[in-house]
Amino acid sequence: MKRFALAGNPNCGKTTLFNSLTGSTAHVGNWPGVTVDKREGVYKKCAEPISIVDLPGIYSLSPYTSEEIIARNYILDQKPDCVINIVDATNLERNLYLTTQILEMDVPMVIALNMMDAVEKNGDKIDANELEKRLGVPVVKISALRNKNLNELMDKAYNESKKQRRGYSVLEECDIAHLIADVKTALTGENVANPLFHAVKLVEGDELEVSMHKDVLGIVDEFKKTYQNEIFGDDFEALIADGRYKYISKRFAPVFQRKSKEKFTLTKSDKADKVLTHKIWGIPIFLLILFAIFHLTFSEDFLFLGAIFGLPSLADLGLADQLTGETLSYSAKWLSVIYDGGVMSPGVIINNLWNEIMVGELFGWIQGLVENSNMSPWAIGLINNGIIDGVGAVLSFLPPILVLFLFFSILEDSGYMARIAFILDRMFRRFGLSGRAFMPMIMGFGCSVPAMINTRTLADDKERTATIRVIPFFSCGAKLPILTAIAGAMVMAFGAGNADLLTFEMYVLGIAVAVISVLLMRSTSLKGETPPFIMELPAYHAPQFKNLMLHLWDKTKHFIKKAFTIILASTIVIWLLTHFSFSWKLLEDEQVNESILANIAIFLQPLFTPLGFGSQLGEYGWVFVVAAISGLIAKENVIGTFATLAACLSAVAGFDFNGLVLDAADGVDAVRAIITATKITAPALISFIAFNMTTIPCFAAVGAAKGELQNKKRFNWTLMFWLASSYIVGSAVYTIGSWWWTCFVWAAVIAVTVIVIVMYNKGVFKRSKSV
Amino acid sequence: MEKTLDQFTIGEYGTVRRVSGEGKVKRRLFDMGITPGAEILLRKKAPLGDPLEITVRGYELTLRKTEACCVTMSVADNTTITDMGKEGAAQ
Repeated sequence: MKRFALAGNPNCGKTTLFNSLTGSTAHVGNWPGVTVDKREGVYKKCAEPISIVDLPGIYSLSPYTSEEIIARNYILDQKPDCVINIVDATNLERNLYLTTQILEMDVPMVIALNMMDAVEKNGDKIDANELEKRLGVPVVKISALRNKNLNELMDKAYNESKKQRRGYSVLEECDIAHLIADVKTALTGENVANPLFHAVKLVEGDELEVSMHKDVLGIVDEFKKTYQNEIFGDDFEALIADGRYKYISKRFAPVFQRKSKEKFTLTKSDKADKVLTHKIWGIPIFLLILFAIFHLTFSEDFLFLGAIFGLPSLADLGLADQLTGETLSYSAKWLSVIYDGGVMSPGVIINNLWNEIMVGELFGWIQGLVENSNMSPWAIGLINNGIIDGVGAVLSFLPPILVLFLFFSILEDSGYMARIAFILDRMFRRFGLSGRAFMPMIMGFGCSVPAMINTRTLADDKERTATIRVIPFFSCGAKLPILTAIAGAMVMAFGAGNADLLTFEMYVLGIAVAVISVLLMRSTSLKGETPPFIMELPAYHAPQFKNLMLHLWDKTKHFIKKAFTIILASTIVIWLLTHFSFSWKLLEDEQVNESILANIAIFLQPLFTPLGFGSQLGEYGWVFVVAAISGLIAKENVIGTFATLAACLSAVAGFDFNGLVLDAADGVDAVRAIITATKITAPALISFIAFNMTTIPCFAAVGAAKGELQNKKRFNWTLMFWLASSYIVGSAVYTIGSWWWTCFVWAAVIAVTVIVIVMYNKGVFKRSKSV
Repeated sequence: MEKTLDQFTIGEYGTVRRVSGEGKVKRRLFDMGITPGAEILLRKKAPLGDPLEITVRGYELTLRKTEACCVTMSVADNTTITDMGKEGAAQ
């Protein structure tokens, strides 16, 4: 099968083109050698099926960022049959800069001139035929968004792929053209593939090339001795970059006819930016947007209508039980989906609907069927209490995850995310990071895996490591169930507090831990200069509905797949381990304390005593240990485990739920049962949340971290760091929550640490250390 | 008149003369189109005064003052665009 690679600047419509070409066949795989995500799909409308590879978005083929190295090595080593270079027509000069570099490789190439519609809308013109003549490769005007001319593009690319193309350099008119020619001749003599590309890179002094072709370097050094340029001296890297842009402005710029003669015009984007990145309003607007997102997703009092107008709750209206809050009639149950003392926010309504229909009606119906079938009791237990309760508790959190993810996708697609980096850079610099690190961090609220992969946009190695280490502290979608279920149960069980507020506070705690950790690392083991911040601010555009839905669908598929594979397997294993003793005897629910799992967890339990969910919890306290450990596989497991275990614990006599019938498939109820059984205190529960938020993330995220860090030692330290951070944070939360005066002890410890670090950095202790 | 980009006021524009600085930063500035001869307009400053937002080669780029001071500009007299809303005019 032929392979075509898509290359182009970030934000030039590459992903849109990829999705348009491949339809829904897109999947995520791994590169050979380097563990880096690549996207591959199949285009079927040509003479033969063609594999399309989506390369990371890049500005240049310099050796400074890992994305650039990936793209360059893919074209050089994997030799695609054709490179489709997507060029954003609204930003021709800078996009063609990359084009001039790909031109130098011996690979067939086609230019896809994207976003022509936007150019024409401005009344500007681009002469594509003239551009094609001057570049010497086919140019096709397309609109990736509107699926225009894509077949023509692929036909051209298919034709090109049958031909050979020799690399061509725009530097031939440049001062050092004959030096490049000499080096190229030398490399050709050595049978190096892509001699022209390597020659140019070698003249640039590219680190990767210099180490590969030491022998030819003599020619360059010899030349440098005799050459002096008035502007650049002997800085050939600068000379070449300048040569490319000079050529572009001279030869290619004339194909672009601007309607407006003004040098700088005010676009719609600029007008939006006047407000969104305003000197005074920029930061408040950002905070407001962030708050609005959480409000729309989680609030049970939309726009605070209930609080403002003092609306009555369902219990006040006589539609629900005063004590338990259970609705009294079928219609009241459905009313409670949208109203209870306040109108629910859209996110909560979707969530309630999903849970009433899926978890309440559908799963309840299946469980009823199983119950009344003539299967053996242990099989009924495994299916109803093990599998359905466990998987159901996890599935019930799909809506908030998707809604939150949708909002973050909108922020990203619209171009506002880049503005946030612009606004916040100054603050981030205090912690030794650049504003760019903000993007992977906020993506962490969705899922740590893509967030860690996104750190590739950070050029600085130490900044990357620090960012990867703190990404799990930005509570991801899978940790959300832990937060909401425990917070919800706490409010019910202890009758105090506010679930929204607690959830929000835990998010803030995570961010605080991240900030402190970064500060700590950047002043000890990961010391270094603040990395540069040079970033494009893409023009705003309305997020595309199709793209958003694709994102959401991907996420849903991923989540459901996870629920029915890894989480299903975990719940079965946990159920089996709780229903068998070491002597392989099947246990009744009431004998859960004799199970294999209980025995292992009881052994580990003392370790968690400082965190509040260890030995002090007594007989059934080990459930927290099991939940925390199962969370290392996938964080959704924590609540899944609670649900599975709650079903056993409810069977143990002597628990009084005030007559309330608990539905273990509902995460909140499951946690309530556990609270009643273990008599865990509120501080210990919060400590448990904090522990799960700051400890080693799930399997997938650990794998991503390992791939991205690419250094065994650094990876091992990262695991240690996560263990230490969660242990310290958890015990701090528990001790301060239980005995307020211990905050002085913690303050003293922190003060001493800070003093030691400051003194160390000032060279008071003469010792060097590096991690 | 020559001055570095970080000394620009909002709405001021000029032509790039030289780019100095350490390898990685310099290369990045070049790759993004800040090369001798390129015209740059300082569009705005972030809420905390830094980083800067500029227009170069027809698109918007943000960079910090520390990086902007690597870029030496030549500025003709009377080269401030005042039609940039109140912010620009106020400067």
